Amino acid sequence: MAHRLRQTVEHIGVPRLMIAGFLVIIFVIAYLTDMSVPQLITDSLVRVGMNGILVLAMVPTISCGVGLNFGLPLGVLSGLVGALISMEMGLAGFAGLLAAIAFAVPIAVVVGYLYALLLESVKGQEMMVGTYVGFSTVAVMCVFWLMAPFKNPELIWAIGGKGLRFTLTLGNHFGKVLNNFAVFQLFGVKISAGLMGFFLLFCLLIYLFYRTKVGIAMLAAGANPVFARSAGIEVRRMKAVGVVLSTVLAAIGIIVYAQSYGFLQLYMAPLMMAFPAVAAILIGGASLQRATIFNVIIGTVLFQTLLTTALPVTSRVIQGDISEVARLIISNGMILYALTRSTGGK
Amino acid sequence: MTQSSEPKTVESGRNVSLDIRHIILTNGVPILFLALSITMALVAGLNFTFLLNEVITRLARNSLLVLSLLIPVTAGMGLNFGIVIGAMAGQASVIAVTYWGITGVRGFLLACLLSTPLAAITGWLAGLVLNRAKGREMITSMILGFFANGIYQLIFLFLVGPIIPLKSAAMLLPQGIGVRNTVDLINIAQSLDKIWRPVIGGVRIPVVTLLISFGMCVIIAFLMKTKMGQNLRAVGQDMNIAEVMGIKVDKTRIIAMILSTVIAGWGQLIFLQNIGTLNTYNSHEQVGMFSIAALLVGGASTRRATIFQAVAGVILFHTLFVVSPLAGQRLFGVPQIGEYFRVFVAYGIIAVALALHAWQGRQVRREAIREAMLTE
Amino acid sequence: MERARRVLEMKGITKQYFGNTVLNDVSIDLCPGEIHALVGENGAGKSTLMNILFGMPVIHSTGGFSGEILIDGEKVELLSPAAAMQAGIGMVHQEFMLLPGFTITENIKLNREPTRKNALSKLLRSEFLDYLDIPTMRKDARTALDRLDLSIDEWLPVAGLPVGYMQFIEIAREVDKKEVRILVFDEPTAVLTETEADRLLGSLRRLAADGIAILFITHRLDEVMAVADRITVLRDGETVAMLNRDEAVVERIAELMVGRKVEKVELPPRDTDPSDKDIALTINDLLVDMPGEMVRGLSLSVRRGEILGIGGLAGHGKLGIANGIMGLYSAAGRVSKNGDNIPLNAPDQVLLKGLAFVSEDRRGVGLLLNEPIDRNIGVTAMQAQHKFLRPWPHFLPALRLENRGELRAYAEEMIRKLDIRCLGPNQPVRSLSGGNQQKVCVAKALALEPEILFVSEPTRGIDVGAKRLVLDLLVRLNREHNVTIIMTSSELGELRKICDRVAIVYRGRLAGILPPDASDAEFGLMMAGRVRKEAI
Repeated sequence: MAHRLRQTVEHIGVPRLMIAGFLVIIFVIAYLTDMSVPQLITDSLVRVGMNGILVLAMVPTISCGVGLNFGLPLGVLSGLVGALISMEMGLAGFAGLLAAIAFAVPIAVVVGYLYALLLESVKGQEMMVGTYVGFSTVAVMCVFWLMAPFKNPELIWAIGGKGLRFTLTLGNHFGKVLNNFAVFQLFGVKISAGLMGFFLLFCLLIYLFYRTKVGIAMLAAGANPVFARSAGIEVRRMKAVGVVLSTVLAAIGIIVYAQSYGFLQLYMAPLMMAFPAVAAILIGGASLQRATIFNVIIGTVLFQTLLTTALPVTSRVIQGDISEVARLIISNGMILYALTRSTGGK
Repeated sequence: MTQSSEPKTVESGRNVSLDIRHIILTNGVPILFLALSITMALVAGLNFTFLLNEVITRLARNSLLVLSLLIPVTAGMGLNFGIVIGAMAGQASVIAVTYWGITGVRGFLLACLLSTPLAAITGWLAGLVLNRAKGREMITSMILGFFANGIYQLIFLFLVGPIIPLKSAAMLLPQGIGVRNTVDLINIAQSLDKIWRPVIGGVRIPVVTLLISFGMCVIIAFLMKTKMGQNLRAVGQDMNIAEVMGIKVDKTRIIAMILSTVIAGWGQLIFLQNIGTLNTYNSHEQVGMFSIAALLVGGASTRRATIFQAVAGVILFHTLFVVSPLAGQRLFGVPQIGEYFRVFVAYGIIAVALALHAWQGRQVRREAIREAMLTE
Repeated sequence: MERARRVLEMKGITKQYFGNTVLNDVSIDLCPGEIHALVGENGAGKSTLMNILFGMPVIHSTGGFSGEILIDGEKVELLSPAAAMQAGIGMVHQEFMLLPGFTITENIKLNREPTRKNALSKLLRSEFLDYLDIPTMRKDARTALDRLDLSIDEWLPVAGLPVGYMQFIEIAREVDKKEVRILVFDEPTAVLTETEADRLLGSLRRLAADGIAILFITHRLDEVMAVADRITVLRDGETVAMLNRDEAVVERIAELMVGRKVEKVELPPRDTDPSDKDIALTINDLLVDMPGEMVRGLSLSVRRGEILGIGGLAGHGKLGIANGIMGLYSAAGRVSKNGDNIPLNAPDQVLLKGLAFVSEDRRGVGLLLNEPIDRNIGVTAMQAQHKFLRPWPHFLPALRLENRGELRAYAEEMIRKLDIRCLGPNQPVRSLSGGNQQKVCVAKALALEPEILFVSEPTRGIDVGAKRLVLDLLVRLNREHNVTIIMTSSELGELRKICDRVAIVYRGRLAGILPPDASDAEFGLMMAGRVRKEAI
């Protein structure tokens, strides 16, 4: 019996059990203190849809053998440029959203490919190099935002300043177009079919990708490069495909994130973007070598629900905003846990 | 780092021009930054005395933090992004000393005394974690720093007040829980610097602080000549061989982390006494990154770092730091460009150093394999 | 030679790993000043015997051993490498235990540095804070190097030294240990050039003359003849002979090393026997850059429909041949199939040409251990030949979806045909036994429908029953499906059991081709490089 129990615990994983248990406690407290549980779930779902694709971007790099993509800001920056072009053209609604994605994807492909070339030459240190390449690109782009030739008065500083504003309002562009699309209520929980459907659509696409010839080749290259070579697979090319795919997903992910948030954040905002995404997929049970769509969904739901509910609920019990501190401890604790285990997050 | 590691040059009588080329090739990074600093200083049109004052102050303020990075590099653990943990230990001590109201050099020394065991224990824990992440020490130490930051905030935002008794309205946030965002360190501010600060040619020199940094250089140099230093260097080159030869690898690496964290704690105290105010939740955050960038600007790599590189790095990096916003203002009329530029320099130099580290590591392995095969 | 006193005796050593007996009642002894050679093929038990002598943890964590070790006539318990070192046993490692950034002196004295006290170390009572005593270190290193007749500056860094010198520094380190009376050399000449090897043998003699007892493990029989006083031959974990130098001849040693009783098995007959008139594969001047298994200009013709065995001692390049042709290690030379040139260094194109490979490294190269059986069987054929894919989109094969049904059906057929014992095609291959994993590897190769199949070490690491099944399977493939098989193996016995011809590789080249019923002595000699090609 005890053995069976331990097996089950090992199968699900200690971190996931702890977080799930913590969530149960939070919801119980919420219920007891007369908070609106449906409202908490509504908010959590919005956060899941908002962050999901950014977490999904971790899957290709892990499965092609590069590891966690700490260079996520590169994709994020590509997405921001795409969004800015769409806004500069004054596009609104779905047209604005699709245009942003359409502009962002080719940029992300080029950036991702260059990034893949770099990672290829620093094999073994991909995570650390990725982190700092991401950081320094964010800094370079800060200079770019200051000098960029955007003319739309909504984007640039009104008077006196030079360059783009720190935070741009998306209200007149593509803000909340997905969030407000096909919203319905279920037991008092508001669900945006647009937002959730978009996230799940991408999950499905990535799932199907791993059933295609190239997807299977990528899995083989990541799981065992020598095996892959003996099967005639070009491991380098597969890694490049994985990195490019991850960068593209990050670009689309930030656009979805921004439309949901209602604002586009420039300058140093993308700096730490990789860490919550990394933490989420690890919480979902991925390791440094293996990640599935299932890990993405579970991880995003657990992590984002935790972040969304921790603040309003704990503020009833504890004074002050503990959610930021909890985010720091949980996300970095989770990454540490994965780094110090040879098997990763399990 | 020490005499014993310097290979005797076999070929003597090389001509001078070759030597100069050799110097440029092996010291490309510091020379590039020297040129960059000088150019930007000229563009910015800065008063030389002002610049010298700034750089001397910053040298005294930052060098201990940068020196704290040397030992883990020697032990093969790469750049210790975890020195922020030491900085937090220093800050915790300084908060306590400020609360007790102990002033002057006595207060400073007490803070050092308090910070030492705190840093030693956290350094030991960090060493334990890094021993479980061999081969990815740097990313782990960086995440460890973020994680420790969360714990630090938990303690000083939520536990101070209700659990940790600190009853000072001046230091607590209005609701009585948590330490304020800024703490005025009036009791120990400049306590070391002002012991003896002669002005020579318009430049104020904090002699005692500089002497302490110099003392740390001597201590590190001494350590490297001992059996412990030899063990550190052996572990740094190849853990497996060191282990087979009977050196206790894990223990040696933990000692390296403890020493680094303790020195970083003292370094942060020197930094804070010079600044005079504590940004409770920010002062430590950038310490790791700026110290590492400074060391790398001095020409160090993730595998090799010397005292000279640490000191040269602090001077060059901080010169750049002082002049780049002004140069940005002069050149583009936008001071932020200079500011972002220096952020880019800090991140960029680390990215380049890490990439080179990984790339060279692969080259070395490849060459070793080639050589083994050619001789067969 | 004084034979009365024994500095080391190992008596009746028996060792089992998980029920497999790897050493059975092996005894060996050493006199002071003697060079005792220990020879045997890979897997004969030499390294296990040395691990026991050094008290390696791997021995004690797997249940220890039986038998006893005596040093100077007294029974000792060597439970750790430190204990062995204390007892006066030194080891010159096969891989260099040298730190490239340290000087020769620092490497020789590594972790045994003489130190001097200083004020701080006295105050804190810590030996770790003692200064290194550099002058004494240098003096000791100099003495050790001089004993080996090496005049190199002891303060040079090790990085950049020729490999030959590194071996000497390793030896100097052992010589410097005052307590060392027994020195073990594990294949010390494997990475040396011939002149360096000669010098090393000279040093061996000099050390022996100083009274150190030397145990010399090697493959190279000419070296054995040059320096050994006595020779012990191990085979399959047993002592097959202990010869004095005056009674030893190379032919005899070689025969003892490889000799095995060959079971006579009737192989199924063929309609037409393979002959030189119908050549399937021609290899010309093949060079393969595979570390430890370099091929240096090998030429060979493979007859259509035969099973060709490739044998040879470890390190001579027999494994490099298949790995090079299949594009896993960089190769040069000319390989053609039916007169059609096979591109080298291009694994995808080789697979398209109807060649397939079952690797010697089953778990490392052969399988995706965490993936299920069906994917393992299908992935190579899918990638190289677009099998098991849905037809759409035609224009972009990379994005065609996998055809699960077809793959599953094929895997089930293979499981039935090859008798793979498993829970079903969904089972991850990690949890299969070695023999069944090997069958999955064969199935993977068969999915490519090859004309020519390379199989390397097909029975390595699988139990006796499964070995027979795998060999039977190869014969069946050959006879029923007319696949030409090139089988590489360290086990000469199995080559002689199922092959039509056995090619022997020596130092990266073809030494000759023997019929499977040639005598043990002929095989032994050829593997020891004693026969020239013309002689066959």
